[in-house]
Amino acid sequence: MKNIDLEKRFQEKIDQEIRIEPRDWMPEKYRKTLIRQISQHAHSEVVGMLPEGNWITRAPSLRRKVALLAKVQDEAGHGLYLYSACETLGVKREDLVNDLLAGKAKYSSIFNYPTLTWADIGAIGWLVDGAAIMNQVPLCRTSYGPYARAMVRICKEESFHQRQGYEILLTLVRGSAEQKEMAQDALNRWWWPSLMMFGPSDKDSVHTAESMKWKIKRFSNDELRQKFIDMTVPQAEFLGLTVPDPDLKFNEETGHYDFGEIDWAEFWQVVKGYGQCNEERLEARNKAHDNGAWVREAADAYARKQEKRERQMSA
Amino acid sequence: MMDSKQKYILHLADNALILGQRIAEWCGHGPVLEQDIALTNMSLDLIGQSRLYYQYLADLGGNGKTEDDFAFMRKEHEYLNCLLVEQPNGDFGKTIVRQFFYDVFHFLQLELLSRGNDEQLTAIALKSLKEVKYHLNYSSKWVVRLGDGTEESNARAQKAVNTLWKYTGELFEWTEYEKEAIAAGIFPEPDKLENEWANKVHQVLDEAHLQVPELPYMQTGGKNGRHTEHMGYILTELQYMQRAYPGLEW
Amino acid sequence: MKLYEVFIRSKAGLHHKHAGSLHASDPQMAIQNARDVYCRRNEGVSIWVVESEHITASNPEDQEALFDPAEDKIYRHPTFYDVPDGVKHL
Repeated sequence: MKNIDLEKRFQEKIDQEIRIEPRDWMPEKYRKTLIRQISQHAHSEVVGMLPEGNWITRAPSLRRKVALLAKVQDEAGHGLYLYSACETLGVKREDLVNDLLAGKAKYSSIFNYPTLTWADIGAIGWLVDGAAIMNQVPLCRTSYGPYARAMVRICKEESFHQRQGYEILLTLVRGSAEQKEMAQDALNRWWWPSLMMFGPSDKDSVHTAESMKWKIKRFSNDELRQKFIDMTVPQAEFLGLTVPDPDLKFNEETGHYDFGEIDWAEFWQVVKGYGQCNEERLEARNKAHDNGAWVREAADAYARKQEKRERQMSA
Repeated sequence: MMDSKQKYILHLADNALILGQRIAEWCGHGPVLEQDIALTNMSLDLIGQSRLYYQYLADLGGNGKTEDDFAFMRKEHEYLNCLLVEQPNGDFGKTIVRQFFYDVFHFLQLELLSRGNDEQLTAIALKSLKEVKYHLNYSSKWVVRLGDGTEESNARAQKAVNTLWKYTGELFEWTEYEKEAIAAGIFPEPDKLENEWANKVHQVLDEAHLQVPELPYMQTGGKNGRHTEHMGYILTELQYMQRAYPGLEW
Repeated sequence: MKLYEVFIRSKAGLHHKHAGSLHASDPQMAIQNARDVYCRRNEGVSIWVVESEHITASNPEDQEALFDPAEDKIYRHPTFYDVPDGVKHL
């Protein structure tokens, strides 16, 4: 069949909501787009372990400690599910990881911000996971089967993450003045970066149109951002915290919140590698990878020896 | 003042907490994602176990104390964990060898506890046994993989064995509160424990082509509150919030 | 490390179902990893792992030839047959 026919049939399947599976024909660009998006997503999960992991040994109670550990562990799992989904497209996890370690791959910029206080763990769970869930729920219906299935699993597991964060902040705002202040400070620092998680504004987003046509994406960056704000502002009000945006106001006509201009200069600065923690995060991942090299080699060497021994036994 | 049974429970709890805290340091830094997840599972098991013991202590009349008061609000010399569990993670090999030495002991210890006459401890031991059986399986297999892997991995594992061996003697050196737990039938008849531990350890190290070091002396003291230099730093992190913001709920 | 596919039986009486994949150097490690990666929330009572390269899959291009011919064999389904009202247990 000619490529043009294949492509037509491919688009028909997409339009009929038939999932694309690993061995099905797909346009090269679809494959490339998926590899880029899924691997970025996987990298984000894995790098995302670091800012929160930062507080595991200092968590203020045993209950908080196990919750945080389980959450960060889930993120490792999610990274793994996503790398696996990516591998069905004919790339190796190793190569994807190497791109990350070499600084060639992107991951969510939010993780280049520092976690300075315990309240940050609350803010990350509430805002960062909240924004992530906003992005991820529609991805459960994304057109590529393995990606969609990974996302279903991830969304199911994520459901406790956001609550965990909100509960932390709720405890703080019901606590001492110092604790309330700590919660407000965390919201001040994490609010805008969380809004930036949805990516550049639609008019500046290069990938959106094609991804929408292929149903990899189902909502635009701006749509998701607006949904997030509409959902989150009342939650902030319940906490008695002030969203750090003087222009934030409910618009009776549209039924949505109007909000102030995002500092896109800051967004691009961090994307380009100049956030406070970009270097540290990559260094930490490189260190873990390098320190693990001899372990991976040992396990492989042992497996080869075992196979040889088994062959000799059965010979 | 705590009686000897309370001290014994505290000792069990502290072992689990401190080892759990140590392994938690790996989270996000493991040699490969799959092992990162596996290590965290062990940490979660252990911290979970420590909570059961601390909660039991609280129930026994800790003057309104909670699990967190026990876990976070003590001075270094009041922690009764053995020295082995507070040793630094080092490389993955050292973590695995520490885990293996402890798992073999922990498994045998729980088997005895599960047959003891304290109903609550028996229940905790039975629950923990399932978890620790898996830990032991996991660490034994890794000791063999590392020992029988490459030249480098063998050397690293051997170095870990040599470094950690001196902390294994303390496991079998019964403190006063352990002796009383033995006499009371809480921790029944551990006479064979040391031998069984040695047999299993030798068997796995053999399979892993690792040598048991000949050491004339062992290090001891943790179970009576005299720790190594590492303990202070563990507590600095563990108790960071309690020290920086005394008396608050989180 | 090799790529393994993981199949999990969620409870007794059900089939093993594909859960995902993971990396491991030997089959025992694959089982342990599967337990830690895919069974953190009581998802399973039994695990199968198989090296991905040992799976033979049908070719999507053969899909029509493989599966469409079954479509019109409606006599394989009970609803194809008429049973008069009043006849029971059939």
